Amino acid sequence: MTENPLLDMDRLIDDRRTRIIVCCGSGGVGKTTAAAAVGLRAAERGREVCVLTVDPARRLAQSMGLTSLDNTPRIVEGVDGKAGGSLHAMMLDMKRTFDEIVESHADPARAAQILANPFYQSLSSSFAGTQEYMAMEKLGQLRRSNEWDLIVVDTPPSRSALDFLDAPERLGRFLDGRLIRVLTAPVKASRPFGRVLNAGLSVMTGALTKLLGGQVLRDAQTFVTAFDTMFGGFRERADATYRLLQAPGTSFLVVAAPEPDALREASYFVERLDEERMPLAGLILNRVHAAGGAGLSSARSLAAAETLEGLTGGSGGSSPRDSTVQNGPVPSAQEAGYSVAAAALRLHAERMSLGERERRVARAFTSAYPAVPVVEVPALPVDVHDLEGLRRIGEALADRG
Amino acid sequence: MTTRDTDWDGVRLHVVTGKGGTGKTTVAAALALALAHGGRKVLLMEAEGRQGIARLFDRPPLPYEERKIAIGPGEADDGRDHGGDVYALAIDPEGALLDYLQMFYNMRSAGVALNRLGMVDFATTIAPGLSDVLVTGKATEAARRRVKAGGAYKYDAVVLDAPPTGRIGRFLNVTAEVSGLAKVGPIRTHADTVAGVIKSPQTAVHFVSTLEEMPVQETLDGIGELRAIPGMQVGGIVINMARPAVLSQEELKAAPDVPAMAAALADAGLRDTGELAAALADELAEHARHVELQDRERTELEAAGQPVYELPMITEGIDLSGLHRLAAELRDQGAA
Repeated sequence: MTENPLLDMDRLIDDRRTRIIVCCGSGGVGKTTAAAAVGLRAAERGREVCVLTVDPARRLAQSMGLTSLDNTPRIVEGVDGKAGGSLHAMMLDMKRTFDEIVESHADPARAAQILANPFYQSLSSSFAGTQEYMAMEKLGQLRRSNEWDLIVVDTPPSRSALDFLDAPERLGRFLDGRLIRVLTAPVKASRPFGRVLNAGLSVMTGALTKLLGGQVLRDAQTFVTAFDTMFGGFRERADATYRLLQAPGTSFLVVAAPEPDALREASYFVERLDEERMPLAGLILNRVHAAGGAGLSSARSLAAAETLEGLTGGSGGSSPRDSTVQNGPVPSAQEAGYSVAAAALRLHAERMSLGERERRVARAFTSAYPAVPVVEVPALPVDVHDLEGLRRIGEALADRG
Repeated sequence: MTTRDTDWDGVRLHVVTGKGGTGKTTVAAALALALAHGGRKVLLMEAEGRQGIARLFDRPPLPYEERKIAIGPGEADDGRDHGGDVYALAIDPEGALLDYLQMFYNMRSAGVALNRLGMVDFATTIAPGLSDVLVTGKATEAARRRVKAGGAYKYDAVVLDAPPTGRIGRFLNVTAEVSGLAKVGPIRTHADTVAGVIKSPQTAVHFVSTLEEMPVQETLDGIGELRAIPGMQVGGIVINMARPAVLSQEELKAAPDVPAMAAALADAGLRDTGELAAALADELAEHARHVELQDRERTELEAAGQPVYELPMITEGIDLSGLHRLAAELRDQGAA
């Protein structure tokens, strides 16, 4: 389908220098499954792998036959360890991870005070960037523990693939920012500002108070005061993890379905990785409808189907659901053969036209990024929910044609 | 205006959710088109600032402004062939916040200043539920807006392209979400008003799913979650991108007779029919497995007890004519 280089998955996962693989892409493209398949394949080829997923739907758990995943990596049973590898999997508990950071950076009394703050509770469980931040934090922890020689990360199901890169920075800047201090400081204390600015500020604090109520601002202020001693460390951690993503040994796999929206997201990501000098291993084009064995074009299949339908004198486009209740004489064996063949031809025509559209959409991406290695994974008729299914995806990922 | 009964008569706000990749935005747009008939005015709103609606209708990115983007189908059968109008609005929290400040405090200029200093981002950050309240607030306001006090409604229906299924409960349960933060105060009052509309028969939440395991599971989970919230009305389930069976069940079950098919293909004037027939038979067998799987998933969805609508996969990709086809399907099946 493309002239782009073929993504060499086995070379990537067999290379011992590859220590982190980040799977990213927009929602609904099969990212979680791809991450699990890459992890399983690497493990069965001898790597000691940990797969980190951030998905609340516990899909990875299902596909790996695990009943529960928590904040600690659990061994996945049924993995072929003959090559000396193993597979662990864990699902991120973002609140727990945040709590742990607080506990490790503040004395017990202060930690308790922070953990009980309503503002902290809402921030740690529902702020849009917390999940991404904590995913990065967990990734950093796993990497520093040095217990695994390959970590595969499935990024949070953001509406935009870029959120994974932006949110930690945003949360870090926010918690560390001057804005929060200025706004949460008592208005009287803002004397050093010029009178104009002071007046402007009080208008805005007034508006914020109107908007949120005084209590919210007071909670935020208490939180900031208690959290103050941790700010430096907090920011440093985020920066360190971000640098980890730029370090040699980290590779990104962008996952997309052959749909315009998914590929548009993928291209944003490819450009962003380039700007950030983060190494892109390639694009996984997932759920591609393969052409199948029959090479007959869509137009010719349709024409042949019409010819056959003409020969049977049938109505041609009769709805298949109605065909079970049709009256009249039983069709002859030959007519039955014609109608089955016509249906098969229509099916084939539809398949060819779907494949043609997918190729067109994919070509728009590949011609814009001709150097990006690509691998296609065919759409499976059945969802993956066991290791065998993951293995098959892994094989498709490593297929060298 | 026709008085044809639909499954959702009386619903003014249609919230459309679905797992990523199921075509939620496409279905929301098709539903808006379907509702815009017989001179009706429909507002299609996008909650997540992706400009998916603009792309679907092949327009430049939508500003924060209600704009006409399409004309609904005419009513050929009632003799007066007039369609309705679809307006669109891409909601962003900043714009919604300015509206809110203006509407309740006449403080638009302060809002603009706040926005310039990045404080809107700040406010929505320290109060995560805030942007949801602002967005749902905008949708409920549009659904209840009248041309003049006591006059007719500005829009006959509002369709909201909402966040994905995994987030829908939190998104809609605004009171619960802000109550953790704002126990009293104006935003709490606002949230209560918004909740009053969302948790009423005026609002229905429709789920978009494909006939695949994970989307079906998420749909069922999402429905369960919403049913647990008192007053919330779960709407229809829209099956999207279904691949209709090309043959009857019995015909699909029977193993394809390859020689007979080859003979038929030869009669149709094709060459190399032996090979072709074998390949087509394989494709037919795969289709049969797919249909069986689809049937199983459909049964699961039907068991939820909500009205189910089914839209076919449009293999050429979705453009305006595709949207009209889907809209016609929704109308025929009684969704609008």
